[in-house]
Amino acid sequence: MDDLLADFLTETNEALASLDGALLKLEKAPDDRQTLSEIFRNVHTIKGTCGFLGLARLEKVAHAAENVLGKYRDGSLRVTPAGITLILAALDGLKGIVSGLEATGGEPAGDDAALIAALDAAWRGEPGAATPAQATLEALDKVFEAEPAAPEAAAREPAAEAAAPAPAPAPRQPGTEGEAAAAGPITAAQTIRVSVDVLEDLMTLVSELVLTRNQLLQLVRARSDSALTVPLQRLSHITSELQEGVMKTRMQPIGNAWQKLPRIVRDLANELGKKIELVMRGAETELDRQVLELIKDPLTHMVRNSGDHGLETPEQRRQAGKPETGRILLNAYHEGGHIIIEIGDDGRGLAVEKIRAKVLSQGLTTEAELAGMSEREIQRFIFRAGFSTAAAVTSVSGRGVGMDVVKTNVEKIGGTIDLRSVEGKGTTFYIKIPLTLAIVSALIVEAGGERFAIPQIGVVELVRAGGAAESAQIERINDTPVMRLRERLLPLVSLSRLLQLEQRADAGPEEGFVVVTQVGANVFGIIVDKVFDTEEIVVKPVAPILRHVTMFSGNTILGDGSVIMILDPNGIARATGVGADGPSEEAARAQEGLRGTRSGERTALLLFQAGDGAPKAVPLGLVARLEDLPAESIEHSGGKALVQYRGKLMPLVPAAPGWMMPEPGRRQAVLVFNDRDRAMGLMVDGILDVVEEQIVIEGASDQPGILGSAVICGKVTDLIDCSWWLRQAGEDWFRPTGGDQTTPRVLLVEDSAFFRHLLMPGLTAVGYDVTAVDTGAQALQLREQGAAFDIIVSDIEMPDLDGIGLAQAVRGAGAWRTVPMVALSGRSDPALIRRAREAGFNDYVGKSDREALMAALRDAVAAQTPC
Amino acid sequence: MHAPMPSSAGLVRPPVLADAAAEMFLTLTVAGQLCGVPVLSVRDILGAQVITRVPLAPREVAGSLNLRGRIVTAIDLRRRLGLPERAAGATAMSVVVEQNGELYSLLSDSVGEVLPLRTEGFAANPPTLDPVWREVSRGVHRQDGQLLIVLDVDRVLAIG
Repeated sequence: MDDLLADFLTETNEALASLDGALLKLEKAPDDRQTLSEIFRNVHTIKGTCGFLGLARLEKVAHAAENVLGKYRDGSLRVTPAGITLILAALDGLKGIVSGLEATGGEPAGDDAALIAALDAAWRGEPGAATPAQATLEALDKVFEAEPAAPEAAAREPAAEAAAPAPAPAPRQPGTEGEAAAAGPITAAQTIRVSVDVLEDLMTLVSELVLTRNQLLQLVRARSDSALTVPLQRLSHITSELQEGVMKTRMQPIGNAWQKLPRIVRDLANELGKKIELVMRGAETELDRQVLELIKDPLTHMVRNSGDHGLETPEQRRQAGKPETGRILLNAYHEGGHIIIEIGDDGRGLAVEKIRAKVLSQGLTTEAELAGMSEREIQRFIFRAGFSTAAAVTSVSGRGVGMDVVKTNVEKIGGTIDLRSVEGKGTTFYIKIPLTLAIVSALIVEAGGERFAIPQIGVVELVRAGGAAESAQIERINDTPVMRLRERLLPLVSLSRLLQLEQRADAGPEEGFVVVTQVGANVFGIIVDKVFDTEEIVVKPVAPILRHVTMFSGNTILGDGSVIMILDPNGIARATGVGADGPSEEAARAQEGLRGTRSGERTALLLFQAGDGAPKAVPLGLVARLEDLPAESIEHSGGKALVQYRGKLMPLVPAAPGWMMPEPGRRQAVLVFNDRDRAMGLMVDGILDVVEEQIVIEGASDQPGILGSAVICGKVTDLIDCSWWLRQAGEDWFRPTGGDQTTPRVLLVEDSAFFRHLLMPGLTAVGYDVTAVDTGAQALQLREQGAAFDIIVSDIEMPDLDGIGLAQAVRGAGAWRTVPMVALSGRSDPALIRRAREAGFNDYVGKSDREALMAALRDAVAAQTPC
Repeated sequence: MHAPMPSSAGLVRPPVLADAAAEMFLTLTVAGQLCGVPVLSVRDILGAQVITRVPLAPREVAGSLNLRGRIVTAIDLRRRLGLPERAAGATAMSVVVEQNGELYSLLSDSVGEVLPLRTEGFAANPPTLDPVWREVSRGVHRQDGQLLIVLDVDRVLAIG
């Protein structure tokens, strides 16, 4: 039986049961307008639904009854006991058909002509109807005969019986008969309605039961009393099942939260003059109704956003070569104790340039930091408070209360939100939320002498720090603790320090456990003193006077009866700046690294010391020369240091604040960077070493001029951002000298984030418009979208579609057939170079050979511009 | 778990004086000062309890405790009133009150008895009363030659 019919049966049975009572009430008080209206409404609803479901027999009877009731209602017919009897008979007729429907799934065949005739007669106000004539009664008798007296009769063919001569005296008490008939459907009902309060109370009770069970388990564990063990296990088992069962009663399909969306989307489309198709998948995915309530508004907001900002007008879509009708796709599915909701559109995508401009105009970050960010990182700015890219405020959205509110709401229920957007192709948001908020599994830890619970959802792994020699160590950069974990740098947060608890005096703070936690794409470690076990805890909200402490998501009572606070990893991340929507791509990569999938490439690095703190590193390929200048040669002009170098003035920039002019007679170490005929010098304290290392940049630093940190030769080292330092030499220093009007567009295909970070700012600084993508497949996607480039620079070694494959695909067909291609590779193997050329690359340069790359790019541009 | 009332249970018996003009108060002391809270707002009186500290909470919040499966936020009246800390080892009595469905425990030095206080005995706060006290006091009552400060529970709980 389909759901719709099942719902109808439940509702109709309820309505019929209440109608009996209401009619009897009406009989006693014929002038009770309210009861009359209620009866009319109920019958009307039944009629309407029957019509909708195509249940013709039911509809006809209900319609005839409704007609009579209508006359009662408008006062043109008086309510008489006989009339009530007639209506009750009609109800019984309905009940008979409904029970047949319930038993067989279809309307039983049968003839209601006599009943309908009687009702119609009453409706016309014929006296025969007003005082039940023999004919009417006979008609009623027939109806009762036709009606199954017992459930098993329902399966029989009522029509046959109706045709047969009356076998027994027909009951004259339609009321009692009605009850008997009603007994069938009620016992057979598949669903009952329960008030939400009852379910909530049940849930609270089960929560208490879980707590008591935990308490008992703890007691028995300490006592090893065997007599109790077995029954307690049984109790524990039943409690778990009960908990599951009660949770199930609270589960609702997410479709309930989507019900209003088709209407909203339709109105939105009309208002905005767009064509929008809403596709909903996984509407049956269930989640806790509390979570459902909380997610409803953010979802609505996001769908509005997709329609308003995401999708273009039909005109714009036609121009972009897309179908006129835009699509909003809602998709929900389960994934390990979570539900994932995707809200996607095939609209214009997020305009990275617009966001960039807006970020700068609002002063959310600096240009230098932006230059080092990937597109996704920039796109994530839309989650920042007060950020809205809509140029105009429409009635729909664009008031600056946007995605940040959504993000806050999602985080409130322990969820995370992320997005993926390709300009011109569309945007998809991913919301990950827990299935339920009431009972969660949590890790119990201790810090500063207090115990806390950390929800398991965010915990990636546990690491023991200090102690044994081979175990991981907590290190410090200045005062910030970090940990090298499988060659990745993990930012750490000391829980006792964060919560201002006393640090333990006995053991050094460097010993303890690190709870590796993930919030969105950010991974960080929480340093705790001790780790106990995991426990199912019942989340209780904290008292209102403690709500402002964002570090806690609630509190709970443990098995031993003590109250402990539940930590909120989101709050901790925000409080410490780990996940404040800052650069997180590296962190995401770090996480990939944690799983050990990523292989890096070795790069020659120049290590140097500048200022105090960690040693710094720069790829050797970027450095033109190392100089050791006599102090006397350094001159000052306009507050800037300069040196006459190879017949020209070269600006000098100190690599660390607080640089002091060396005393006369001493020498100053300088790293010289140059581009064509210009040069600048970076003054450092000393050159340490040149090493070849596989490097992975960890979370970008907020210090200007530093790309991030990496572990090099077992030491935490800051990688400097060359382009930022080059700009320090003077605003216009790197602007191309020639009168180039157009900016050559470069497509950089490079799977290594490090090289993307390295090359992008450098290329941008010398006047190229660089678009970087991770994979060859993405590059080809750009081609499909009609993006145009003057040069393609591609790595050779890439997962999936490598550089060779990409070149073959580019040369094979499409708009990019003639675009010059430059291959980048860490290897200079002649066979590889030959293969690259055969595949269609015009030039081949070694990675980090900046000079060669610049030359290759210049050549490629020159070849294209006819002189 | 439940500390008996300092005196016998007989105290709870409706006193003879109870009438429309009298309101019932539970007396307690904080650093020697006699205070009263309306008995109708009191849910429980507990002896020394294990109290879990809540990091980063306002100073007045002593922590949380477990009352038959419900979490109660404990407010230290001494800290709330800017008085010196209780001596080490001295135990506090919890007077549990309810506000908007949430339970709070007012930690006091000792709990006295339930008294009917006649309305004519009330006096407004003297203008010279310490502002911290004035903030939480509904008025002053003379009681057997002692002055009793009537605490306004809502205002005591208005922290932060």
